[in-house]
Amino acid sequence: MTSLSVVRSRAAPKTVIPGFGITFGLTLAWLSLIVLIPLAGLFLKTFELTWDQFIGVVLSTRVLNALKISFGLSLVAAAINTVFGFAVVWALTRYEFPGRRIFDAIVDIPFALPTAVAGIALTTLYAPNGWLGAPLQAIGIKVAYTPLGILIAMIFIGLPFVVRTVQPVLIDLETELEEAAASLGANRWQVITKVVVPTLIPALLTGFALAFARAVGEYGSIIFIAGNLPNVSEIAPLLIIIRLEEFHYADATAIAVVMLVASFILLFIINGLQRWSEKRSAAF
Amino acid sequence: MLKKLIASAAVVTLLTVPAFAAELLNVSYDPTRELYVEFNKAFAAKWKKDKGEDLTIKQSHGGSGKQARSVIDGLEADVVTLALAYDVNEIAKKDLIAKDWQSKLAQNSAPYTSTIVFLVRKGNPKGIKDWGDLIKGDVQVITPNPKTSGGARWNYLAAWEYAKRANGGSDEKAQEFVKTLLQHVPVLDTGARGSTVTFTERGQGDVLLAWENEAYLAVNELGADKYEIVTPSLSILAEPTVAVVDKVVDKKGTREVATAYLNYLYSPEGQEIAAKNYYRPRDEAVAEKYKGKFAKVELFTIDQAFGGWDKAQTTHFSDGGTFDKIYTK
Repeated sequence: MTSLSVVRSRAAPKTVIPGFGITFGLTLAWLSLIVLIPLAGLFLKTFELTWDQFIGVVLSTRVLNALKISFGLSLVAAAINTVFGFAVVWALTRYEFPGRRIFDAIVDIPFALPTAVAGIALTTLYAPNGWLGAPLQAIGIKVAYTPLGILIAMIFIGLPFVVRTVQPVLIDLETELEEAAASLGANRWQVITKVVVPTLIPALLTGFALAFARAVGEYGSIIFIAGNLPNVSEIAPLLIIIRLEEFHYADATAIAVVMLVASFILLFIINGLQRWSEKRSAAF
Repeated sequence: MLKKLIASAAVVTLLTVPAFAAELLNVSYDPTRELYVEFNKAFAAKWKKDKGEDLTIKQSHGGSGKQARSVIDGLEADVVTLALAYDVNEIAKKDLIAKDWQSKLAQNSAPYTSTIVFLVRKGNPKGIKDWGDLIKGDVQVITPNPKTSGGARWNYLAAWEYAKRANGGSDEKAQEFVKTLLQHVPVLDTGARGSTVTFTERGQGDVLLAWENEAYLAVNELGADKYEIVTPSLSILAEPTVAVVDKVVDKKGTREVATAYLNYLYSPEGQEIAAKNYYRPRDEAVAEKYKGKFAKVELFTIDQAFGGWDKAQTTHFSDGGTFDKIYTK
């Protein structure tokens, strides 16, 4: 037994996959093929526009409004998902209750369901003559065909991202840690704010970022429930489709480039926050 | 014995398949699905009788603009049968179709026509009779977005021309009318089928602006006890256009069958199938036979009123056109 481990430590390379060169080369080739080359195409197509044309497309009232709706509602949806996703994770990992495994599986449904199906289902439910839409309408809340409908679709598709990123971390977080804190005199609030949340913040931020990114790009489930009125309930991805329908490819890619850059900056900031909180909790 | 059988079967397959089977791809738009199911069957039977060749015809449906883009991007359609000439023009601009395609077939390359009518709820509770009623009081109108739907562009132009004529030919008054009309639209779907669903299944709006054939289909499928069709005094002659995709048929060697396929649309049999599917036939004898099926309405063409599709497109639907102006102000 001991001789085996000695042999292994001497002969085996540091990583399981052989050779940094091959691994890195493969990574780069694959990433280029799948991500970088298509994105480069996006930028290349946009360069067909002059600078003035580009500014004209991007700063038009309709595009600005659509971007505001897409990014604004995505941020709100991601925030709501982070709070409620956390509650779902907590219930699923910390409590034993009948049907827990089924609920655990249900969380993944928005991953698997074709987005158009989700959109049609949500619209049927929340339309003014739908099961939920009708009573809500009666108390004066209109969901389908308003920005509120867009928000609900975004929450629906974003939820599993938060749950699935936070869940493994919470499972790893041993309850003994909380018990130890409590036995040392910490009250419930202190246990949550000083022990649980700091450990979970990086995962929660990742979940937030993923849910946000997904909501920004979401098209299929939203167009059915949105109402699609320009300047009111028109999302940026729909505007891109509209530009393509007009055969204005470069205008479409211009909007896409703006979305891409804005998303990248936001995700970069969230990434930074995540690192910072990881360092901070490590310093504890 | 078995070996012999397999061998002879193989020989037969080898001999027959390449020589006697052909395939056509017809790229069309949404509401023609039912029409072409029936027409393809009839044409394949005729082709088999005339030429002894088995013919498989594949259909592809979707929004007209999206379909045109698929063909531009390489979908190998032998023929396109789209909602408007503008979409075929876009394919022609990419040199896939000869520039003079519209003069190659009779009647502007539009073998059947349609128009825009109103679908209202049974009993017509808001009393909608004509375009002018659409902007009265709290009437809610359902129409798709002209930017994404070919059908919606016909709706928009029909309303425009109605208002223009009602106001002594004033384009400003027409724009104002269309602007008010769009303020009565609570939901803009991306396609004609989507709008039909919003109106019928979701119970939104008092009136749906729809293709005549789509409106009849809705009444037939969803019940004459729920909806009725109102035909306005004036509407647009919608001319869905068909064309052979020259570059594809030359490559695949299917020009003969593709041309015969489109020509058959003009034959009495083809015209009958179109009429049965609520498209207005061009053939006078067939039109006479089915005249009870279509309400009388004064129709104008896009060439008369707007100087053709390309012009209408630039003025109204392109970036910065009147549709954008209405929504940016």
